[in-house]
Amino acid sequence: MLTAEDKKLIQQMWGKLGGAEEEIGAEALTRMFCSYPPTKTYFPHFDLSPGSDQVRGHGKKVVAALSNAIKNLDNLSQALSELSNLHAYNLRVDPPRFSLQFLSQCLQVALATRLGKDYSPEVHSAVDKFMSAVASVLAEKYR
Amino acid sequence: MVQWTAEEKQFITGLWGKVNVAECGGEALARLLIVYPWTQRFFASFGNLSGATAVLGNPKVQAHGKKVLTSFGEAVKNLDGIKNTFSSLSELHCDKLHVDPENFRLLGDILVIVLAAHFTKDFTPACQATWQKLVGLVAHALARKYH
Repeated sequence: MLTAEDKKLIQQMWGKLGGAEEEIGAEALTRMFCSYPPTKTYFPHFDLSPGSDQVRGHGKKVVAALSNAIKNLDNLSQALSELSNLHAYNLRVDPPRFSLQFLSQCLQVALATRLGKDYSPEVHSAVDKFMSAVASVLAEKYR
Repeated sequence: MVQWTAEEKQFITGLWGKVNVAECGGEALARLLIVYPWTQRFFASFGNLSGATAVLGNPKVQAHGKKVLTSFGEAVKNLDGIKNTFSSLSELHCDKLHVDPENFRLLGDILVIVLAAHFTKDFTPACQATWQKLVGLVAHALARKYH
Protein backbone atom coordinates (compact mmCIF):
# COMPACT_ATOMS: atom_id res chain seq x y z
CA MET A 1 0.00 0.00 0.00
CA LEU A 2 1.30 3.45 -0.84
CA THR A 3 2.02 5.32 2.37
CA ALA A 4 1.73 9.10 2.67
CA GLU A 5 5.53 9.22 2.55
CA ASP A 6 5.62 7.12 -0.66
CA LYS A 7 3.13 9.47 -2.30
CA LYS A 8 5.19 12.50 -1.31
CA LEU A 9 8.40 10.95 -2.65
CA ILE A 10 6.77 10.03 -5.95
CA GLN A 11 5.32 13.48 -6.50
CA GLN A 12 8.59 15.14 -5.53
CA MET A 13 10.58 12.90 -7.84
CA TRP A 14 8.21 13.51 -10.74
CA GLY A 15 8.46 17.23 -10.10
CA LYS A 16 12.28 17.04 -10.37
CA LEU A 17 12.15 15.83 -13.95
CA GLY A 18 11.73 19.36 -15.29
CA GLY A 19 9.87 18.61 -18.48
CA ALA A 20 11.89 15.53 -19.37
CA GLU A 21 8.92 13.27 -18.69
CA GLU A 22 8.00 12.82 -22.34
CA GLU A 23 11.51 11.84 -23.30
CA ILE A 24 11.54 9.41 -20.43
CA GLY A 25 8.44 7.70 -21.79
CA ALA A 26 10.05 7.10 -25.18
CA GLU A 27 13.28 6.02 -23.51
CA ALA A 28 11.50 3.55 -21.24
CA LEU A 29 9.78 1.98 -24.24
CA THR A 30 13.02 1.85 -26.24
CA ARG A 31 14.78 0.17 -23.33
CA MET A 32 11.90 -2.28 -22.97
CA PHE A 33 11.97 -3.29 -26.64
CA CYS A 34 15.76 -3.67 -26.43
CA SER A 35 15.92 -5.73 -23.21
CA TYR A 36 12.69 -7.69 -23.67
CA PRO A 37 12.15 -8.36 -27.38
CA PRO A 38 8.87 -10.27 -26.85
CA THR A 39 7.25 -6.97 -25.82
CA LYS A 40 7.59 -5.89 -29.44
CA THR A 41 4.87 -8.36 -30.38
CA TYR A 42 2.29 -5.84 -29.21
CA PHE A 43 3.51 -3.23 -31.70
CA PRO A 44 3.68 -4.94 -35.09
CA HIS A 45 2.12 -1.81 -36.56
CA PHE A 46 4.87 0.47 -35.25
CA ASP A 47 8.20 1.51 -36.64
CA LEU A 48 10.39 0.49 -33.72
CA SER A 49 13.69 1.81 -35.06
CA PRO A 50 15.65 4.19 -32.78
CA GLY A 51 14.14 7.67 -32.63
CA SER A 52 10.88 6.50 -34.20
CA ASP A 53 8.11 9.10 -34.11
CA GLN A 54 5.61 6.43 -33.20
CA VAL A 55 7.64 5.29 -30.20
CA ARG A 56 8.07 8.89 -29.12
CA GLY A 57 4.37 9.54 -29.50
CA HIS A 58 3.43 6.44 -27.59
CA GLY A 59 5.96 7.22 -24.87
CA LYS A 60 4.24 10.59 -24.43
CA LYS A 61 0.88 8.87 -24.04
CA VAL A 62 2.19 6.43 -21.45
CA VAL A 63 3.82 9.20 -19.44
CA ALA A 64 0.70 11.36 -19.60
CA ALA A 65 -1.27 8.48 -18.12
CA LEU A 66 1.32 7.98 -15.38
CA SER A 67 1.38 11.73 -14.69
CA ASN A 68 -2.37 11.65 -14.27
CA ALA A 69 -2.08 8.69 -11.96
CA ILE A 70 0.56 10.51 -9.91
CA LYS A 71 -1.81 13.46 -9.51
CA ASN A 72 -4.49 11.05 -8.27
CA LEU A 73 -2.57 8.70 -6.01
CA ASP A 74 -5.49 8.57 -3.60
CA ASN A 75 -7.77 7.19 -6.25
CA LEU A 76 -5.80 5.17 -8.77
CA SER A 77 -8.74 2.92 -9.59
CA GLN A 78 -10.78 5.79 -10.85
CA ALA A 79 -7.94 7.69 -12.52
CA LEU A 80 -6.95 4.60 -14.51
CA SER A 81 -10.45 3.25 -15.08
CA GLU A 82 -10.55 3.98 -18.82
CA LEU A 83 -7.08 2.51 -19.33
CA SER A 84 -8.09 -0.50 -17.33
CA ASN A 85 -10.97 -1.14 -19.73
CA LEU A 86 -8.72 -0.59 -22.72
CA HIS A 87 -6.08 -3.04 -21.54
CA ALA A 88 -8.59 -5.69 -20.54
CA TYR A 89 -10.94 -5.63 -23.50
CA ASN A 90 -9.04 -4.16 -26.45
CA LEU A 91 -5.32 -4.44 -25.99
CA ARG A 92 -5.35 -7.63 -23.95
CA VAL A 93 -1.67 -7.31 -23.19
CA ASP A 94 -0.54 -10.46 -21.40
CA PRO A 95 -1.51 -10.03 -17.75
CA PRO A 96 -0.13 -6.66 -16.88
CA ARG A 97 1.84 -8.17 -14.12
CA PHE A 98 4.31 -9.51 -16.63
CA SER A 99 4.55 -6.80 -19.24
CA LEU A 100 4.21 -3.98 -16.77
CA GLN A 101 7.01 -5.54 -14.80
CA PHE A 102 9.26 -5.03 -17.83
CA LEU A 103 7.98 -1.50 -18.40
CA SER A 104 8.36 -0.77 -14.70
CA GLN A 105 11.97 -1.99 -14.74
CA CYS A 106 12.81 0.07 -17.82
CA LEU A 107 11.04 3.18 -16.56
CA GLN A 108 12.98 2.90 -13.33
CA VAL A 109 16.26 2.50 -15.22
CA ALA A 110 15.40 5.59 -17.29
CA LEU A 111 14.65 7.53 -14.09
CA ALA A 112 17.80 6.23 -12.38
CA THR A 113 20.04 7.27 -15.27
CA ARG A 114 18.63 10.79 -15.01
CA LEU A 115 18.43 11.13 -11.25
CA GLY A 116 21.57 9.21 -10.25
CA LYS A 117 21.96 9.30 -6.47
CA ASP A 118 18.60 11.06 -6.19
CA TYR A 119 17.00 7.77 -7.19
CA SER A 120 17.49 6.77 -3.58
CA PRO A 121 16.39 3.45 -2.10
CA GLU A 122 13.33 5.20 -0.63
CA VAL A 123 12.31 6.71 -3.98
CA HIS A 124 13.05 3.39 -5.71
CA SER A 125 10.78 1.60 -3.26
CA ALA A 126 7.95 4.12 -3.69
CA VAL A 127 8.11 4.02 -7.49
CA ASP A 128 8.23 0.22 -7.52
CA LYS A 129 5.14 0.10 -5.31
CA PHE A 130 3.42 2.69 -7.49
CA MET A 131 4.04 0.76 -10.71
CA SER A 132 2.85 -2.37 -8.98
CA ALA A 133 -0.37 -0.59 -7.98
CA VAL A 134 -0.84 0.68 -11.55
CA ALA A 135 -0.42 -2.87 -12.86
CA SER A 136 -3.02 -4.16 -10.40
CA VAL A 137 -5.57 -1.58 -11.47
CA LEU A 138 -4.94 -2.26 -15.15
CA ALA A 139 -5.42 -5.98 -14.52
CA GLU A 140 -8.65 -5.59 -12.54
CA LYS A 141 -11.01 -6.26 -15.41
CA TYR A 142 -9.13 -9.00 -17.19
CA ARG A 143 -11.50 -11.66 -15.98
CA MET B 1 25.43 -22.48 -25.36
CA VAL B 2 25.04 -18.80 -24.56
CA GLN B 3 26.43 -16.54 -27.25
CA TRP B 4 27.94 -13.17 -26.45
CA THR B 5 28.75 -10.63 -29.13
CA ALA B 6 31.97 -8.66 -28.84
CA GLU B 7 29.89 -5.60 -28.04
CA GLU B 8 28.08 -7.37 -25.21
CA LYS B 9 31.34 -8.58 -23.71
CA GLN B 10 32.63 -5.04 -23.84
CA PHE B 11 29.49 -3.71 -22.12
CA ILE B 12 30.02 -6.22 -19.35
CA THR B 13 33.74 -6.17 -18.73
CA GLY B 14 34.08 -2.46 -19.48
CA LEU B 15 31.46 -1.54 -16.91
CA TRP B 16 32.53 -4.13 -14.34
CA GLY B 17 36.04 -2.71 -14.34
CA LYS B 18 34.61 0.55 -12.99
CA VAL B 19 32.37 -1.00 -10.33
CA ASN B 20 33.23 -0.74 -6.64
CA VAL B 21 32.08 -4.23 -5.72
CA ALA B 22 31.80 -3.60 -1.99
CA GLU B 23 29.73 -0.42 -2.37
CA CYS B 24 27.61 -1.65 -5.22
CA GLY B 25 26.96 -5.02 -3.60
CA GLY B 26 25.98 -3.43 -0.30
CA GLU B 27 23.71 -1.00 -2.13
CA ALA B 28 22.01 -3.71 -4.16
CA LEU B 29 21.36 -5.98 -1.19
CA ALA B 30 20.12 -3.05 0.91
CA ARG B 31 17.69 -2.07 -1.83
CA LEU B 32 16.43 -5.65 -2.05
CA LEU B 33 15.62 -5.59 1.67
CA ILE B 34 14.04 -2.13 1.42
CA VAL B 35 12.05 -2.41 -1.82
CA TYR B 36 10.96 -6.00 -1.16
CA PRO B 37 10.83 -6.19 2.64
CA TRP B 38 9.65 -9.80 2.66
CA THR B 39 13.16 -10.79 1.57
CA GLN B 40 14.25 -9.92 5.10
CA ARG B 41 12.98 -13.36 6.04
CA PHE B 42 16.34 -14.78 4.93
CA PHE B 43 18.34 -12.47 7.16
CA ALA B 44 16.83 -12.83 10.61
CA SER B 45 20.32 -12.88 12.15
CA PHE B 46 21.29 -9.51 10.69
CA GLY B 47 19.83 -7.41 13.49
CA ASN B 48 18.07 -4.14 12.83
CA LEU B 49 16.43 -4.04 9.40
CA SER B 50 13.52 -1.81 10.34
CA GLY B 51 13.37 0.86 7.66
CA ALA B 52 15.65 2.17 4.94
CA THR B 53 18.08 4.00 7.22
CA ALA B 54 18.64 0.95 9.42
CA VAL B 55 19.16 -1.33 6.44
CA LEU B 56 21.57 1.02 4.68
CA GLY B 57 23.60 1.46 7.84
CA ASN B 58 23.65 -2.22 8.81
CA PRO B 59 27.24 -3.54 8.57
CA LYS B 60 26.08 -7.13 8.07
CA VAL B 61 24.05 -6.06 5.06
CA GLN B 62 27.03 -4.25 3.60
CA ALA B 63 29.35 -7.21 4.22
CA HIS B 64 26.95 -9.74 2.77
CA GLY B 65 26.22 -7.54 -0.21
CA LYS B 66 29.93 -7.42 -0.96
CA LYS B 67 30.11 -11.21 -0.71
CA VAL B 68 27.17 -11.67 -3.07
CA LEU B 69 28.46 -9.27 -5.69
CA THR B 70 31.98 -10.69 -5.51
CA SER B 71 30.43 -14.03 -6.30
CA PHE B 72 28.48 -12.44 -9.16
CA GLY B 73 31.85 -11.27 -10.47
CA GLU B 74 32.68 -14.90 -11.17
CA ALA B 75 30.04 -14.82 -13.90
CA VAL B 76 31.76 -11.82 -15.45
CA LYS B 77 35.05 -13.75 -15.43
CA ASN B 78 33.39 -16.86 -16.88
CA LEU B 79 30.84 -15.62 -19.37
CA ASP B 80 31.00 -18.87 -21.30
CA GLY B 81 30.59 -21.10 -18.26
CA ILE B 82 28.00 -19.43 -16.06
CA LYS B 83 25.97 -22.60 -15.42
CA ASN B 84 28.96 -24.47 -14.02
CA THR B 85 30.23 -21.47 -12.12
CA PHE B 86 27.10 -21.38 -9.97
CA SER B 87 26.43 -25.09 -9.71
CA SER B 88 27.36 -25.55 -6.06
CA LEU B 89 25.88 -22.19 -5.05
CA SER B 90 22.65 -23.36 -6.63
CA GLU B 91 22.62 -26.45 -4.46
CA LEU B 92 23.42 -24.35 -1.42
CA HIS B 93 20.56 -21.92 -2.04
CA CYS B 94 18.15 -24.81 -2.46
CA ASP B 95 19.27 -27.30 0.16
CA LYS B 96 20.59 -25.14 2.96
CA LEU B 97 19.28 -21.62 2.44
CA HIS B 98 15.84 -22.50 1.03
CA VAL B 99 15.63 -19.36 -1.09
CA ASP B 100 12.84 -19.08 -3.67
CA PRO B 101 14.61 -18.51 -7.03
CA GLU B 102 12.23 -15.64 -7.75
CA ASN B 103 14.46 -13.66 -5.40
CA PHE B 104 17.43 -14.03 -7.77
CA ARG B 105 15.41 -12.27 -10.46
CA LEU B 106 14.48 -9.48 -8.04
CA LEU B 107 18.09 -8.94 -7.00
CA GLY B 108 19.23 -9.01 -10.62
CA ASP B 109 16.78 -6.27 -11.59
CA ILE B 110 17.84 -4.21 -8.59
CA LEU B 111 21.50 -4.57 -9.55
CA VAL B 112 20.62 -3.19 -12.99
CA ILE B 113 18.93 -0.16 -11.40
CA VAL B 114 21.94 0.44 -9.11
CA LEU B 115 24.24 0.34 -12.15
CA ALA B 116 21.90 2.73 -13.99
CA ALA B 117 21.97 5.24 -11.13
CA HIS B 118 25.75 4.96 -10.96
CA PHE B 119 26.61 5.13 -14.66
CA THR B 120 23.70 7.39 -15.74
CA LYS B 121 23.98 8.34 -19.44
CA ASP B 122 26.56 5.64 -20.12
CA PHE B 123 24.02 2.98 -19.18
CA THR B 124 22.48 3.02 -22.64
CA PRO B 125 19.55 0.82 -23.72
CA ALA B 126 21.96 -1.59 -25.41
CA CYS B 127 24.12 -1.72 -22.30
CA GLN B 128 21.07 -2.35 -20.13
CA ALA B 129 19.89 -5.14 -22.43
CA THR B 130 23.26 -6.89 -22.06
CA TRP B 131 23.12 -6.63 -18.30
CA GLN B 132 19.50 -7.83 -18.14
CA LYS B 133 20.66 -10.84 -20.16
CA LEU B 134 23.56 -11.46 -17.76
CA VAL B 135 21.53 -11.18 -14.55
CA GLY B 136 18.91 -13.43 -16.14
CA LEU B 137 21.54 -16.07 -16.88
CA VAL B 138 22.97 -15.90 -13.37
CA ALA B 139 19.46 -16.20 -11.87
CA HIS B 140 18.81 -19.18 -14.12
CA ALA B 141 22.10 -20.84 -13.17
CA LEU B 142 21.35 -20.38 -9.47
CA ALA B 143 17.93 -21.98 -9.92
CA ARG B 144 19.21 -24.85 -12.03
CA LYS B 145 20.04 -27.34 -9.27
CA TYR B 146 16.78 -26.89 -7.38
CA HIS B 147 14.79 -30.02 -6.74
